[in-house]
Amino acid sequence: MHSGYWLIATILIPLVAAAVLVFVPDNRKDVVRVLSAAVGAALFAISTYVFFAYEVDQGGGYQFFKRIDWLHDVAFLGPHGISLTFGIDGIAAPMVLLTGVVAFGGALISWKIEHHNKDFFILFWVLVSGVYGTFESLDLFFFFFWYEVAVLPMYLLIAVWGSSSVFETFARTKEYSAMKLTIMLVAASILIFIGIFAVFNEAGQGTFDLQTLYAYQFDENFQKLVFPLFLIGCGVLAGLWPFHTWSPDGHVSAPTAVSMLHAGVLMKLGAFGIIRLGIQLLPAGATFWMPGLMVLATCNVVYGAFAATAQRDFKYMIGYSSVSHMGLVLMGLATMNVIGVNGAVLQMFAHGVMTALFFAMVGSVYDQAHTRDMRLFGGLVNKMPLFVFFFGVAGLASLGLPGLAGFVAEFNIFVGTFRTYPWAGALGIFAAMMTAVYILRMWTWTFFGTFNERWVDLKEMTYLERGTAVLLLGAMLWMGLWPAPFIDRIQESVRLLPGVT
Amino acid sequence: MNELNFDYTLFIPEFILAGVVVLVMALDLFVPQMRKSWLSYVAALGLAATACVSLAWVDDQTNFARIIAIDNFTTYFRVFFMAIGAVVCLASGKLVEDKLRHPGEYYALIILSTIGAIGMAASRELMTAYLSLELLSFSLYILVSYAKFDRRSNEAGLKYLLLGAFASAMFLYGMSLIYGVTGSTYYPDISAALAEGTASYSWALLMGMVLIIAGLGFKVAAVPFHMWTPDAYEGAPIAITAYLSTTSKAAGFVLLLRLFSGAFQVVHDDWSWMIAGIAAATMILGNLVALQQHNIKRLMAYSSIGQVGYMLMGIAGLSHDTASALVLHLTGYMVSNMAIFVVIIAWYNMTGKEEIEDFRGMRERAPLLAGVLAGALFSLAGLPLFAGFVTKFILFQAVTDAGYLWLAAIGVVTSVVSLYYYLQVMKQAFVSAPAEGEGALSVPLLMNGMAALLMVGVFYVGLYPQQLFEMIDHATSYLFV
Repeated sequence: MHSGYWLIATILIPLVAAAVLVFVPDNRKDVVRVLSAAVGAALFAISTYVFFAYEVDQGGGYQFFKRIDWLHDVAFLGPHGISLTFGIDGIAAPMVLLTGVVAFGGALISWKIEHHNKDFFILFWVLVSGVYGTFESLDLFFFFFWYEVAVLPMYLLIAVWGSSSVFETFARTKEYSAMKLTIMLVAASILIFIGIFAVFNEAGQGTFDLQTLYAYQFDENFQKLVFPLFLIGCGVLAGLWPFHTWSPDGHVSAPTAVSMLHAGVLMKLGAFGIIRLGIQLLPAGATFWMPGLMVLATCNVVYGAFAATAQRDFKYMIGYSSVSHMGLVLMGLATMNVIGVNGAVLQMFAHGVMTALFFAMVGSVYDQAHTRDMRLFGGLVNKMPLFVFFFGVAGLASLGLPGLAGFVAEFNIFVGTFRTYPWAGALGIFAAMMTAVYILRMWTWTFFGTFNERWVDLKEMTYLERGTAVLLLGAMLWMGLWPAPFIDRIQESVRLLPGVT
Repeated sequence: MNELNFDYTLFIPEFILAGVVVLVMALDLFVPQMRKSWLSYVAALGLAATACVSLAWVDDQTNFARIIAIDNFTTYFRVFFMAIGAVVCLASGKLVEDKLRHPGEYYALIILSTIGAIGMAASRELMTAYLSLELLSFSLYILVSYAKFDRRSNEAGLKYLLLGAFASAMFLYGMSLIYGVTGSTYYPDISAALAEGTASYSWALLMGMVLIIAGLGFKVAAVPFHMWTPDAYEGAPIAITAYLSTTSKAAGFVLLLRLFSGAFQVVHDDWSWMIAGIAAATMILGNLVALQQHNIKRLMAYSSIGQVGYMLMGIAGLSHDTASALVLHLTGYMVSNMAIFVVIIAWYNMTGKEEIEDFRGMRERAPLLAGVLAGALFSLAGLPLFAGFVTKFILFQAVTDAGYLWLAAIGVVTSVVSLYYYLQVMKQAFVSAPAEGEGALSVPLLMNGMAALLMVGVFYVGLYPQQLFEMIDHATSYLFV
């Protein structure tokens, strides 16, 4: 058994960093940068350690377990009423690793932020601690606590450091997108809130401890009633169609690192919530409602792919492709069979690193060009070969090229889906084909063709951007070429999920 | 057993406060004008010291002639109200200096109203409760209209006085009906009479409770008795607005808690639906109308109405658990609200402005205040790390357990609405740049210090509530003996 303090460290380090940053003077931007890079590196190191230290042959249960009582034996709360309970299973382990990779990359990418970079990093680290907390919590109260911590800095992060854009027929101000995103996500958490109240009340155990609640047999009708609350509440954050609309707008307006973190990890919290609060807590409800999720997820996959094809803005295209790819995650979950759910968790990791890389690359060119209209570029390969390489590989992962992360994940999901809902699998394959269309079209528009003289001043990526890209690409290649460490961990725990066959 | 206890030493804290009242008024007469800024420190120190003195009664469980209970509940709110009074006195400093010739009266009234509020927490008899309520109200009538030469303040004072008198009359009439039905004004006797009650006089009982709820609904600004709130809040000097939204409201709630737990709990089903309805209406209306406001004081008025709705849920499903949750939420709300008001007062003192859009560029001009504002607003909206999340969560869960899941659901929905208008304030403070030529402001150390301290309080409640909640749970257990 490993010490749960490793998990606590992943939550506490960013929080402490945020607290320390409050006291750094406004004009010491260098201190902020170095400190944040160091925190990012530390988190990356701990996350990697945690991932590898998770013992595969222990049957897939929770490891790194640690409980600290927080609020107990008072009013309606019994012993361990609300406790800081941490632990990860094989599903959470890759998510922790993903968070470490993306947070480190985000911290490096944000090195160049000039405007109040101190405030930016305070909010950034609060966000990161919330993400870790959600993945690692085994207490219903704290699961939601951290979930909300991850959402709360978003408004300011987008509204202050984001960018407004004017398109031909409409405009998106950063304030609008920030508000839309915040209100939609918080409004979705209404459902989770109500679900939690109902679950606690129904169980009557006087505790929010998830393992105790998992052991409780909820009435089947109650499960059918409450499961949709968790499904939709968490689904909104996962970009579930038709509640996905905050996501593309949010990404378009968000600063690079926030887009990376948001598409990379935050949306995964939604899918993770469906596993933890939905499948594990209310298995009968899950079994009953999963066909419905399959329909919505198929809409996600197909609609997202078509919408992405229609975009001319880099970030809108990636935003909608995220909707499509998160749809694959939801599809995998909806299969309720081991291989499908396996694929869903793999896809969570794969999509996390590849969209993070996407957004990092877009940021690299946007910061110089101040436009994201793909048609305005052309022949960038002559000017920025490295950029084209990294962006291109991310694209290949996105369209599911074997050898890269996306392939392993999508393969599992489609196998799972064909076993349960062949029609959805067929539509999913079709959407994956559409991915190739919009990715390759982006290549022809921006990377190749005749060089547009307007961009003669564009410079190659900075060293920090290259570092980030190498990090993310490394994760992608690793999962593509040697997925065994992932599959071993995930599979063991997925088998334990109730109702998953 | 029938021997009544006339132990006057139980009131030592109140006697000391009365002494401080006389002291600040006397000092006001003798101290030269330029030294009068010290009066706020004298008043605050007096309140703080008395709060410490009142700790001597911790875990005491006694009463004065059965009309006033001195138990942990009273002690908790003694400290609570005195702390708020002290913060308001300190925050008023500059405002009073600029506007008033005789600041002694102002501080004396604040302390007097604190005594009234404590009385409301301690009373276990209707007449005593009423007298305490009036002591609080009369002090507030004067305080609201204290900016003598400001028309808005006069209007606010008049409105508050007229409607307040009306509410008091309703409260009294309700009391007389209750007395008529049960033959007593003592809470335990009312409870005993109701327990063996017959259905024949239930209409008078119902009417009595309706009138009492209406009268107190006015005090705490519950819909549909909230009409005075925005005007009074807007017209009053800002420190008094802060005071109205904290002490006056909390006092209304402690009176409700004492009364309904002590006297009416046995007929819980007869009145809970009424309060549940009022709570729902209050949450919805308060939070929706707040969306339309441009003035920060009016915004805070409607936001506080919304908060009242959440707290009323706790009364609707009244039990020991919900009472504890309610007091916890009340405490968290007080700290967060005071933090916001300290920021608003400091900002007003420096810029003379109180529209929401005047908050623009606060991040650049007064970073600490902006940070506290953000944290406290997040707390009121119920986001984690801050007090509001855990207190709301506990309250809503307690209300759910009491069978009011639908109320809790309305509460959560309206919380999201509130987040929208709180974010509008934050948008001005953080996103909008300051206007041309508006540089950094030098915030007085006192204001920065108070804001920071209150922020620490917000984090304390939000991150480590175990001790506080245990204390509260213990204190509210005295309500149900």
